[in-house]
Amino acid sequence: MQNNFPNEGMSVIVKTITRFTVWLIFLYGLYIVLHGHLSPGGGFAGGVIIALSYVHLTLAYGKNFVLARVDKFAMNSLESIAAILFVLTGIVGLYVVGNFLANFMGIGKLYTLISAGYIPMLNIFICVKVGMGLYLVFYYLASFKPQEG
Amino acid sequence: MILYLMCFFLFLVGVYGAITKRDLIKIILAIGIMGYSVNLFLVLLAYRTGALAPILEKGFNVPMVDPIPQALVLTSIVIELGVTALMAALAIRIYQKYDTFDITKIRRLQG
Amino acid sequence: MILSQFIFVPLLAAFLIVLFARKKENIAAVIALAACAWILIVSFIAFFKLPAHGGMILNNTSGWSIPYTISLVLDNLSAFMLIVVNLVAFLSAFYAIQYINHFTGKWNFFALFMLMLTGMNGVILTGDFFNLYVFMEISLISAYALVAFGTESEELEASFKYATMGAITSTMILFGIGILYSYTSTLTMADVGLQLRNVGTPKLLFLVYGLFIAGFGLKTALVPFHAWLPDAHPSAPAPISAMLSGVLIKTLGVYALVRIFFNVFGAPTVVLQILMLLGTLSIVIGGFLSVVQWDFKRLLGFSSISQIGYVVIGFALGTPLGILGGLLHLFYHAIFKSLLFLDSGAVEYATDTRDLRQLGGLSKEMKVTSATTMVGTLSISGIPPFNGFFSKLIIIIACISAGQIVVGIIAALVSIVTLAYFLKVQKHAFFGKKGSAKVLEKVPFAMKTAMIILAALCLISSAIMIPSIRKQYLNPIVDTVMGKTSYIDKVEPYLDKGGVK
Repeated sequence: MQNNFPNEGMSVIVKTITRFTVWLIFLYGLYIVLHGHLSPGGGFAGGVIIALSYVHLTLAYGKNFVLARVDKFAMNSLESIAAILFVLTGIVGLYVVGNFLANFMGIGKLYTLISAGYIPMLNIFICVKVGMGLYLVFYYLASFKPQEG
Repeated sequence: MILYLMCFFLFLVGVYGAITKRDLIKIILAIGIMGYSVNLFLVLLAYRTGALAPILEKGFNVPMVDPIPQALVLTSIVIELGVTALMAALAIRIYQKYDTFDITKIRRLQG
Repeated sequence: MILSQFIFVPLLAAFLIVLFARKKENIAAVIALAACAWILIVSFIAFFKLPAHGGMILNNTSGWSIPYTISLVLDNLSAFMLIVVNLVAFLSAFYAIQYINHFTGKWNFFALFMLMLTGMNGVILTGDFFNLYVFMEISLISAYALVAFGTESEELEASFKYATMGAITSTMILFGIGILYSYTSTLTMADVGLQLRNVGTPKLLFLVYGLFIAGFGLKTALVPFHAWLPDAHPSAPAPISAMLSGVLIKTLGVYALVRIFFNVFGAPTVVLQILMLLGTLSIVIGGFLSVVQWDFKRLLGFSSISQIGYVVIGFALGTPLGILGGLLHLFYHAIFKSLLFLDSGAVEYATDTRDLRQLGGLSKEMKVTSATTMVGTLSISGIPPFNGFFSKLIIIIACISAGQIVVGIIAALVSIVTLAYFLKVQKHAFFGKKGSAKVLEKVPFAMKTAMIILAALCLISSAIMIPSIRKQYLNPIVDTVMGKTSYIDKVEPYLDKGGVK
């Protein structure tokens, strides 16, 4: 990874270790989300872990390093798109089955990855919403400067 | 029973903190403690000794823990996250305006 | 009848505004107005179609049936509340189109506005205790953010105060819900009522009563819990003050109290007595504190405390006449208090101040604002034929016929105090000699229209008092509140009594 802001963030040791661990954290978050219908966890828990991997990067490398790679506008948009998709899933359930947020897909076989109807899909929407939202909350809180205002 | 009373005691600790502390950040933490005590109470309601996770299958006849309070706790954690984040943002903005976290000095309103 | 559209239409609108309106700010108002208009029309349809459905529409969500899922319940009371909320919301949103030009971040404002509306509609429709808590928090969190919307130091302070008190009491409500769940193993309101009916009144239930009275009493701003209101309501932008004072304290406070204590717990006498006491205290203290205020919006805030006391004592009497008065005053107060807050917003928009000592002689330059404020004043202080007269009259008569003569006399006397402090507003702001504040800007078209419509409604809504209309539309609502078991009995056939599928 090209680092354009080498003077920000923490020491070299922290940066080197972060380079190894942040992927593991991110992948663990994805695992929790995708297995949300089979094991404890789900969209919210996984989303928090994914947001924490970004927070980890921000702490180690400084916020400019992260913002050069992810677009804040895109994060904001993704957050609302995920929420809209969640509501639309509910409306599809309303018109296919007759109840808001009813399951309109096949249930599948128990203990397989693709099962439980729409729940994995909803988990992914929640994960995007929570991950983006929590990271943005962290970013905005961290970017306040006391001497302003 | 003693556990439930301890939950209530923790709740009162939170109330005490929120009422008597003068620092904005400590008030936010006290409200957090109140929330945790209620979450603990709800999880304790669901707990059964020696029970399994509530995944239903045919021919499954072991005692299960109650899943509803666990779902409630998850939801209430999410709500507390939102409230805490909002209050932290407000506290930071107040610090920008008044240069202090002490509520006895933040009294521009008379009510 | 699809009940979930009351919730998903404003929710969808909020996220669409965030998605599309950040670059083009004008889209925000269009989306918000379209969503408000849609649910306003649907709430009228729901109200008039309800008798054909036998007075109760129940929609389950997510393919299960209650008590294993969340249900949305529309009965006479909630249909009435939906109309009140969405009417005020539509007019406030219409007023906000041009008012909000004074602030930055239009899309933020409308997105939070729609989220608050989502929460309020959800609180009204839900048939589930925990869901009530969740929707309450949705509308409260957006209300905290909207109170701080101007980000001046007073607004931030008021918002923090509101958020602290709101968070503490919401936790209390959650604790009460936890105790109820531990006792009945269900969260569906009707099922809780059914289980409690079988076992009588355990001692633990009194703890729940206390937690709920403190929790919802703070949202209602009854007197020992009122300290946040005179700070928070004036600090918000005027359309939000109108929403907060007009409908939020009634939806989260009075409606939730009535639904829980009357329909679920069967109106226990001790609770009614406590509410009676708190309501009387609110009337007196709110009324006398507003006399000494010099800030226009702060005066209106204290006046809200006083007027909400009338609504609460109406319900707390527990007689059909008292409940009728409470319902009417709830509706009428929503109209005239939002009108007065919108007027104060127009004064602030034009002169950039709301201190009554600096204002004066505005009646010549701001004709529409002055006239509509006059209508609001006459309504709130109960001058016939404006609507406030009828509701206050009914409440006072109900007090006396229920034997609470002292309360009735207090209510009648504070009504005169109300007239006094609104005459003070009239004298110092609109008539009298010219103050130091000058009219800098004209009040734009959308703001004027919203105020004129509300002023007209102050007169037109008196027509509900015509006996035939009252008999057809209001008496079913009173029966819904009064009939201690009717809510539970109507929901009971929908309950799934078998085990888990």
